[in-house]
Amino acid sequence: MGKHNNLKENFIHGLFFLNGLLVVVLLVGIFALLVAKSVPAFKDISIREFLFSASWNPTATFVSPSYGIKSMLVSTLFVSIGALVIAIPIGIGSAAYLSDVADRRTREIVKPVIEILAGIPSVVIGFLGIVLVGPMIARIFHIPNGLNALNGSILLAVMALPTIISMSEDALNSVPKSFEEASLALGATKWQTLISIKIPAALSGIIAASMLGMGRAIGETMTVLMATGCAIAMPKSFLQSVQTMTSTIAIELGEVPYDTTHYYALFGIGLVLFIITFVVNMIADIALHRYQRVIK
Amino acid sequence: MKIKRFREVLGFNILRLCVWAVIFILIVILYDIISKGAGVINWKFLTQAPKNGMTEGGIFPAIVGTFAVTVITALLSIPLGMGCAIYLNEYAKDGVMMRIIRMAIRNLSGVPSIVYGLFGVILFVQMANLGTSILSAGLTLGLMTLPWTITASEEALKNVPKSYREGALALGATKWQAIRTNVLPYAVSGMLTGTILGLSRAAGETAPILFTGAAFFLPHLPKSLLSQFMALPYHLYIMSTQHQAISKVRPIAYGTALVLIALIFVMNISAVVLRYRLRKVKTE
Repeated sequence: MGKHNNLKENFIHGLFFLNGLLVVVLLVGIFALLVAKSVPAFKDISIREFLFSASWNPTATFVSPSYGIKSMLVSTLFVSIGALVIAIPIGIGSAAYLSDVADRRTREIVKPVIEILAGIPSVVIGFLGIVLVGPMIARIFHIPNGLNALNGSILLAVMALPTIISMSEDALNSVPKSFEEASLALGATKWQTLISIKIPAALSGIIAASMLGMGRAIGETMTVLMATGCAIAMPKSFLQSVQTMTSTIAIELGEVPYDTTHYYALFGIGLVLFIITFVVNMIADIALHRYQRVIK
Repeated sequence: MKIKRFREVLGFNILRLCVWAVIFILIVILYDIISKGAGVINWKFLTQAPKNGMTEGGIFPAIVGTFAVTVITALLSIPLGMGCAIYLNEYAKDGVMMRIIRMAIRNLSGVPSIVYGLFGVILFVQMANLGTSILSAGLTLGLMTLPWTITASEEALKNVPKSYREGALALGATKWQAIRTNVLPYAVSGMLTGTILGLSRAAGETAPILFTGAAFFLPHLPKSLLSQFMALPYHLYIMSTQHQAISKVRPIAYGTALVLIALIFVMNISAVVLRYRLRKVKTE
């Protein structure tokens, strides 16, 4: 163990430390670049208009262009919440079945099903929204086309399901066995134990799962871009075409010249998106930590 | 007692219905794409370029493009992801720094893919002056997959028993020697498996490559890493929404979707096989 060896060890340690630091730099870097590229937009747009006006018309030629993102923001939340309304009951139901009812063989069949579902690219899901879900919605509700908020919600629900199922199942599985045994010993049925003991005990884990599912739904681009019809409007019903924040960026960024107000405004939308998903993930994180502490 | 029993049976059947719903969804997805896509796929479809305004011909350039981008993604994501995992699992001590890094990883995995796209446009396309290219798109996807690579690699490192490290250290090995000879050889299969799963997700991503290099149509294959490229997921998007004769090219869209899903499936299977093979070698 010479001095040389020690130096080398320290050097390697330092290298790995820098490598570890990289992820922090990346996260801060993403935020900083989004801020840097959004700020110039607010020379021409007031923050109030940006956040609270529902009129987005950056390419207006006869009137002055407008840059309000309210309708897209509401559309994003509208479609995402619709997705959760579908995905949470099915997801928790499936998780409960897998953790408490299914035998080993069933579990071994269902596990890969969920993994394959999670692996299907969003663009393929979006494609099925156009060719499969859209026509189905049009037929059921007797409307000319099925590219609307409902379509988006159904597809996002499919995409959120794997996350919600596997995380909720983990939460239910890590409820201490003694909780369950005490309940069964007192004469409760397995169903009563599941509903009134296990699910409440795993609740913050299940909430964390749902929040992560929501974060994914809010940030998802291709499915909503392809399936929601892309018409900027305040959503009033699920059968109406809407355009989310992610869709707007995807549609317009390719067409605007670099370094114009419109270009900067699109980065502003990106920043809003980043902040919302950040907060949603933080809530999931806090819920998860609380859950792990309670279980201990 | 009877009512209690009845409720239980009813409740469990509702839960079973939920699982059936999930299985049903997957079956519908796979059935629709396989039944309508399989007829399109033949040797020509896989090896020819699109012809006649993309209404005929194959998807060869898109396959090549996706392959090339995924290689770049791997080259960035694997070393950096493994390095970060080694730091977290082998070097870092519990403390503020570790907590911050872990928080950053969790948050990065929640950043929407289109935001990575925006980041890639600024960092690689504009600032690094790489233009819209295979390199820009691959590096953007590489950053996006980083959190997944790290998580998978760390999981693999955690599975190596502590005694392996201690044995080496007790024999006078330095920390790095112990990691290199007694930890990494046992962890590398798990690391690669997780990483390939991450890469397969990257190969199917569209949003991050929209503005960093994917092209609508190119008459020839990309000449260098600084060329634009066609990619399977982007091609599917174009064929199902942007083409002027949507219904005419629908079969091509189905074929593209099937090839994309098959590609991802093959990557996943090979990851699992790799894990199995390497595990066997290790125990022998």
